[in-house]
Amino acid sequence: MNDTRSKVIAEDQAIATIESGMTIGIGGWGSRRKPMSLVRALLRSNVSDLTVVSYGGPDVGLLCAAGKVRRLVYGFVSLDSIALEPHFRAARQAGTIAEPVEYDEGMLQWGLYAGSLRLPFLPTRAGLGSGVMDVNPSLKTVTSPYADGEELLAVPAIRLDAAFVHMNRADARGNAQYLGPDLYFDDLFLGACEPGRRFVSTEKIIATEDLLKEGTFHTLRINRAMVDGVIHAPNGAHFTTCEPDYGRDEAFQKAYVDAARDADSWKAFSDRFLSGDESSYQSAVSAWRAEVAAAKEASK
Amino acid sequence: MSDSPALADVIAVACAEAWRGDGEIFASGMGVMQMLGARLARATFEPDLMVSDGEAFYVAGVLPIGGTDKTVEGWIPFRSVFDTLAGGRRHVMMGASQIDKYGNSNIANIGPWAKPKAQLLGVRGGPGNTVNNATSFFIPKHQSSVFVPVVDMVSGVGYDRAKKIGGFIAKRHDLRRVVTNLAVLDFATPDNAMRLVSVHPGVNVSDVVANTGFDLLIPSDVPASRLPTAEEMDAIGRIDPKGLRHREIPS
Repeated sequence: MNDTRSKVIAEDQAIATIESGMTIGIGGWGSRRKPMSLVRALLRSNVSDLTVVSYGGPDVGLLCAAGKVRRLVYGFVSLDSIALEPHFRAARQAGTIAEPVEYDEGMLQWGLYAGSLRLPFLPTRAGLGSGVMDVNPSLKTVTSPYADGEELLAVPAIRLDAAFVHMNRADARGNAQYLGPDLYFDDLFLGACEPGRRFVSTEKIIATEDLLKEGTFHTLRINRAMVDGVIHAPNGAHFTTCEPDYGRDEAFQKAYVDAARDADSWKAFSDRFLSGDESSYQSAVSAWRAEVAAAKEASK
Repeated sequence: MSDSPALADVIAVACAEAWRGDGEIFASGMGVMQMLGARLARATFEPDLMVSDGEAFYVAGVLPIGGTDKTVEGWIPFRSVFDTLAGGRRHVMMGASQIDKYGNSNIANIGPWAKPKAQLLGVRGGPGNTVNNATSFFIPKHQSSVFVPVVDMVSGVGYDRAKKIGGFIAKRHDLRRVVTNLAVLDFATPDNAMRLVSVHPGVNVSDVVANTGFDLLIPSDVPASRLPTAEEMDAIGRIDPKGLRHREIPS
């Protein structure tokens, strides 16, 4: 391996390239394999006024709670095992997301795919006749030029200034691997992004020759030409799933939701977990787990 | 298990009946009762259905709800779900926080979309589901705040809107049935307005009418929802051994 071509950087170096007003795509799905260490680093930065594109989970919730989201492109925001994301709900109900762009899930895929293929749009039926057309008046339709003449929704291409995804394994140059059940749309987030700010965080950085040791070649869907920076982030998807390395930390997710119920408890949660860097976050989570285990033991 | 079926068992069968005749397609259930219905149909009268573990795999045999000891027979990551529904080879049973007379449904938000009183999930896959593949609904609490004259956000496309689009979509648009804690309803009427199909044991037609916020088409003779067979009761017990259905539908 040639170390001079290593793309390994730290979270904060990746986030230093992000400017206010940019469009950021975040991979994963709901509360599954989210690049949370990059999201946490983004929370620590002073960038704001972001457009965020996501199959939303706690990534969207945290960025909304921090007041960093001006425009949000989403099909849903959910924590999966807990259906509703409290901070996203609060932001929507308070009207603090200046420009919500609500799409069907498949439309979001199509927008990213069009962006990654450098097409202006892709046609679909998903969205036609629904409220999505009512709340996005800029959406246009296109008529099939063939004999059927069908009118279809033209989903506009989504182009990103930056993309964050989290993978189970990667080599130092950005060849990355998912070992869980679903890639989600991580390849499209990277594909739809301008070169320069395409970041992959990973549980483990491994040698290129080890990429097929834990998974078949089918798992190599992200190659180094799609990636500008690699971030070593063990437990970096916490508290979302990162199968098979770890599942969702359901107890912590519940604590996150409970803390969102009022300003005081959210401040306490933020102070404890989100005020320091990634290693302080991980230590604070370990300490919290030990406390919970001790309390459980004591109540036996 | 007692001899007389609980309400949750009757509803499980009513949900399963949504998939009767569907053959070799993806029977997708969003929620406990929906999943139980799909798996029950496959375990009994509709053996060719494909069912998933709710994550990313098609499973063979009987997988209990919440169970992990599965026999994988295929891979169905989200991207393949989108491909399958666009190809029309899927029948999904969803939930709905609101639904109207023509089956326009809402899981997105309550109150005005611009600044909702209650933000729910967002439209999710509802728009794509309802114009591409057959869609049914399970609603655990039949009340007039759910069965409304107009939904606050159309996340699932109803018959009136599908007809306005015309062509491919209008021709294939297929909202199959709505199962609630009181009754079974469908859209098999001349203008596809919602119709009462059957009432569950102990429920009167007037209970359904009183809890529906629009005029429901009521046939002159409304039968009771059918009871599970012995084979179905056995399958329900194997699919939901922990009795999660009773938490959804208290008797």
